[in-house]
Amino acid sequence: MRGALVIFRKDLSIEWRTREGVSSVLVLGLLLLVVLTVAHDAPPEAAPALAPSVLWATFLFTGLLGVQRGFLLERENDCLAGLLVSPIDPAAIYVGKLSANVALLAVMQLFVVPLVGLFLHLDLMPVLPALLIVLALGNFGFAALATLFAAISVRVRAREVMLPLLLLPLLVPLLIGTVSATRSVLAGGLALATDAVTVLVAFDVIFAVAGWLLFAYVVRD
Amino acid sequence: MGRVLPAVTCAAMLAALYLVFMVVPTEQQMGIVQRIFYFHVSSAWMAFIGFFLVAGASAVYLWNGSRAADRLAEAAAEVGVLFCSLVLVTGPIWARPIWGVWWTWDPRLTMTVILWAIYVSYLMLRAFGGADEAVNRYAAVLGIIGVLDIPIIMVSVRLLRGMHPAVITRNEGGSGLVDPWMRIALLVSAVALVLLGSWLMQLRARMGRLGEEMAALRREEEARHGEVA
Repeated sequence: MRGALVIFRKDLSIEWRTREGVSSVLVLGLLLLVVLTVAHDAPPEAAPALAPSVLWATFLFTGLLGVQRGFLLERENDCLAGLLVSPIDPAAIYVGKLSANVALLAVMQLFVVPLVGLFLHLDLMPVLPALLIVLALGNFGFAALATLFAAISVRVRAREVMLPLLLLPLLVPLLIGTVSATRSVLAGGLALATDAVTVLVAFDVIFAVAGWLLFAYVVRD
Repeated sequence: MGRVLPAVTCAAMLAALYLVFMVVPTEQQMGIVQRIFYFHVSSAWMAFIGFFLVAGASAVYLWNGSRAADRLAEAAAEVGVLFCSLVLVTGPIWARPIWGVWWTWDPRLTMTVILWAIYVSYLMLRAFGGADEAVNRYAAVLGIIGVLDIPIIMVSVRLLRGMHPAVITRNEGGSGLVDPWMRIALLVSAVALVLLGSWLMQLRARMGRLGEEMAALRREEEARHGEVA
C-alpha cells in the first residue's frame, strides 16, 4: 500500500514539474473534439444527441496517448528496471500507476466535458452528479486495462501501434456501456442507466482485479 | 491418435454435408439459404471452444511455464480466429437475402466482430511483438483478459438494438428447428467442425514444436561453427 502511494506521488510530481502529459492530453482532447464535431456537422437541434459518442470517442483516443506516455517515461534511463529492483511489490506498482493514470484522465475529463457541453449546446449542470459517476466509472475501467497493456506495449516491438491494437477491441464493452449510460443520464437521470452502470461496474471490478493479479507476469524478467 | 482423428473428421464432415444438403427439408420461409445455418452455428461453437482453450492454456503457461501449453494457446487462437472468420463470412451470406443487408450492428454480430478483433490482435502481438520470450507471457496475459471480456461483451451488447434470431434458445425472429432432422444435422455439423478444429489445432501445435526444435538446432549449429572459427 505504501509502495503504491510512493509510485503515485512520484508520477504526479514528474507530471507537476513538466506538465508535459497534461498539456499534450488537453490539447489533443480539444483537437479531437473539434475534429469529431466538425466531421459530424450536425444542425444545432441534432447536436446534443451526439454528445455521448463524441465525448467517449475523444476520451478513448486521448486516454490511449496519455497512458502510454506514463510508461514510455519509465523506459528512459531504464527506470522500469529500477522500479522492479526496488522493494515494491509489482501489484503495488500497478496500483500506483493506475491511480496516477486515473488522476491524469480525470483532469482531462474535467477539461473535455465542459467543452462537449459548449460545442454541442448542452446544459450539463442539472445532470452533473449522475454524469460524474458515469465519468468516474468509465475513467477507472479504461485505466485498469490501459495501465496493464501500456506496460506490455512499451516492451514489445512495433509499440506505437500495439497499444491501440490490443486495447481498443477489449474496450468496446466499456465504450458501449459509457455511451449508453451517458445517453440515459442526459435523457433523465441515473435511474434510466441501471443496466449500463451494471456493465461498467462489472467491467471495472473484473479488470482491476485481473490487472492487479496479472501485472506481475508482465513486468517480471 | 495421429491417424484416427483425420479419418473420423472426414467421416463426420461427409455425414454433415450429406445431412445438410440431402436429408434436411428446405426451410419454408427462408428457403435454401437457411442451410448455411448448420455450419454457421457450428463454426461459432468451435470458435468459442478455441477462445476458451486459449485462456486455459495461457493460465497453465503463466503458472508453470510449460512450452506445450504456450504452443496450444497459439494454435487454439489461430483456429479460433479461423472459425470466427467463417462465422463472419457465412452470416452475411444468410443475412443479405433475409434481412436485405450484409451487415447490421445487432448484438450478436457486434459481439462476434469484437471477439474476432481481440484474437486477431492476439495473433498480431505474437507475430509482430518480437522474438523475445517475454512476448509469449504478454500473449498469455492477453489470452486471459480476452476471455474475461467475453461475458462483459455479451451483457454490454444487449444495450444495443437487436434483430438476430435466437433459434436454439427461443423462437423469436427465426422459425426454430421444426423438423427433427434439422436438429440432428446441426448436432452432426457441430461434431464435424469441432473434430476439424481439434485436428487443425493438433497440427498447428506440432508445427510450433517442430519450429522450436529447428531453431534450437540452428542455434547449436551456429555455436559449433563459432567454435571452429
